[in-house]
Amino acid sequence: MIWETVRLSLLSVRRNVLRSFLTLLGIVIGVAAVIAMLTIGSGTTEKVKADISKLGSNLLVIRPGRPAGPGGPGGLDQATRPLGSKELAALVAHLSGARAISPASQKQVRVIFGTESLTSGVTGTDSAYLDARDWKLDSGRPFSDSENRSGTGVCLIGETVRQQFFGAGDPEGEIIRVNRTSCKIIGLLEPKGYTGFGQDQDNVVLMPLAAYQRRIAGNRDIDSIYVAADDRTPTTELLPRVEDILRDARRIPPDREDDFSIRDMTQIADAMASATTTMTGMLGAVAGVSLLVGGIGIMNIMLVSVTERTREIGIRLAIGAHEKHILIQFLVEATVLSLLGGIIGILIGLTLAGLASLTLAIPFAPSPAVILLAVGFSALIGMVFGFFPALRGARLDPIDALRHE
Amino acid sequence: MSGSLLITFDKIWKSYGQGEATVHALAGVDLAIRSGEFVAIMGPSGSGKSTAMNIIGCLDTPTAGTYSFMGIDAGRLDRNRRAMLRNLYVGFVFQGYNLLPRTTAVENVELPLIYRGVAARERHDLAMKALAEVGLVGREHHTPAELSGGQQQRVAIARAIVTRPTLLVADEPTGNLDTARTHEIMELLTRLNTELGLTIAMVTHEADVAFYAGRTIRFLDGHVASDAVNLEVV
Repeated sequence: MIWETVRLSLLSVRRNVLRSFLTLLGIVIGVAAVIAMLTIGSGTTEKVKADISKLGSNLLVIRPGRPAGPGGPGGLDQATRPLGSKELAALVAHLSGARAISPASQKQVRVIFGTESLTSGVTGTDSAYLDARDWKLDSGRPFSDSENRSGTGVCLIGETVRQQFFGAGDPEGEIIRVNRTSCKIIGLLEPKGYTGFGQDQDNVVLMPLAAYQRRIAGNRDIDSIYVAADDRTPTTELLPRVEDILRDARRIPPDREDDFSIRDMTQIADAMASATTTMTGMLGAVAGVSLLVGGIGIMNIMLVSVTERTREIGIRLAIGAHEKHILIQFLVEATVLSLLGGIIGILIGLTLAGLASLTLAIPFAPSPAVILLAVGFSALIGMVFGFFPALRGARLDPIDALRHE
Repeated sequence: MSGSLLITFDKIWKSYGQGEATVHALAGVDLAIRSGEFVAIMGPSGSGKSTAMNIIGCLDTPTAGTYSFMGIDAGRLDRNRRAMLRNLYVGFVFQGYNLLPRTTAVENVELPLIYRGVAARERHDLAMKALAEVGLVGREHHTPAELSGGQQQRVAIARAIVTRPTLLVADEPTGNLDTARTHEIMELLTRLNTELGLTIAMVTHEADVAFYAGRTIRFLDGHVASDAVNLEVV
């Protein structure tokens, strides 16, 4: 009986193609919006996570200045002592559970080769930097220990810098000018692409810290220290150890707060991911409202359909249909309609999300759970919004219904 | 014509409205129709003949009095029980044919069988047989829009008899047809009455249509004005 009714309702959907299509449209748009939003959203979350892990996984970043927070404004102020080789040495000597410890000082500097020039992020660091940031060389070699120590004018360049100066050519051995000093290219960094914030991570020049300090910064400060945890040590465990060593090295009395900050990139990644997830949920909810509107559309059309087919209902009742037969007929019809709309909506939503992931360069991440939910939800909408019209049809008096023009 | 009693009206009243404005469509009607009869019901509009038909067809219930159908107190059954009764024992033919639009003849005829829970295969066979009985072989897959009025009424008759009902209720079955078609439909009804023993109650306001029946009941102002056997034309 149910199967028969489904078949009949499909027939009636087919008999009124245009009206069925218009009815579907609300649900189609609603479901498509929800699916597209949620799929794009989860793609964005993945992208953000991936971006942050590009900064290096299990990474702690130490900067001078009080951490931002309820204690007052963070960042540098007059009294802030910069980080220096003393802190770096203390960490290298005493910290256990770290895979790599590396200093980094950075500045936007004009880099020149021949007649070409480019403003690039020039970083003074050492050979552990690549390890700390999970960065590899496409060609060439990292700085040697003696280059690190003596501050030789050598550098590693990112893909953007190479393209600007050398096109597809091999940059190794060429000399570029950085600020007013020259340095020899000894290697090419593998491309990392843009961050989620639109920052080009390949527009960089790395040089030994000593060379940077002497020739570019003109001081002995270290802007930040990167500490990468090894596989067995969670960053949450490493962080207090780093804090202890630094307090000790900087001789901070126990009653004073830290005058440096340690940022856990893993936690930041999690926080960012949860922020995008929240955002996704909100967008999904907004799209869900359009689903509701779609449901009201179904109700509207089903009411019209019941009125329009009053005579048909009269005939059916006269020849022996029970109330429940009529109720089921219209309920199934509404459900079939909205389910059909849901399926079309899912296809359109996934297509939209696929296109968006191509243009926005985010991963295409359709979720089977969300799709199943959309199918179930659209069926539910049909049932809920179809019920009132169906009941109205079922309650008709056959004599009045037959007289209806 | 001396079958068992199929239908009895025992002082049936049907009233609408309340207090001063009360209208009595039927005012204490007594009536009996035997199984196998072909009865024409006549009367001007407002005479109560349609109300009587609705009660006979178990579509409506009396306000007072007892309506007995096949010995069942049908006037006191609820909606769904009356629906079941109609599905099992009553066939309907209307003036406006009342076929489902955009639905083929055979699908229209199958309709009452669906509510009886007959399997698709058997339903189809029975519907085809019923269409053959009303002389519509070759038109089974036409929709009402593709059929003439007379053909549509034949489909409606096939739909009414496909369940092998005890009673056929016809409400001005020829009201929309020309003389030739009227004659054909009336011949068909007469044949169903004599060959299948189908009891027919037919509302009409044309005397020559009523003449096909064996008996004519005239309503006037909610009463039976006359009830007489139609004399055979010699």
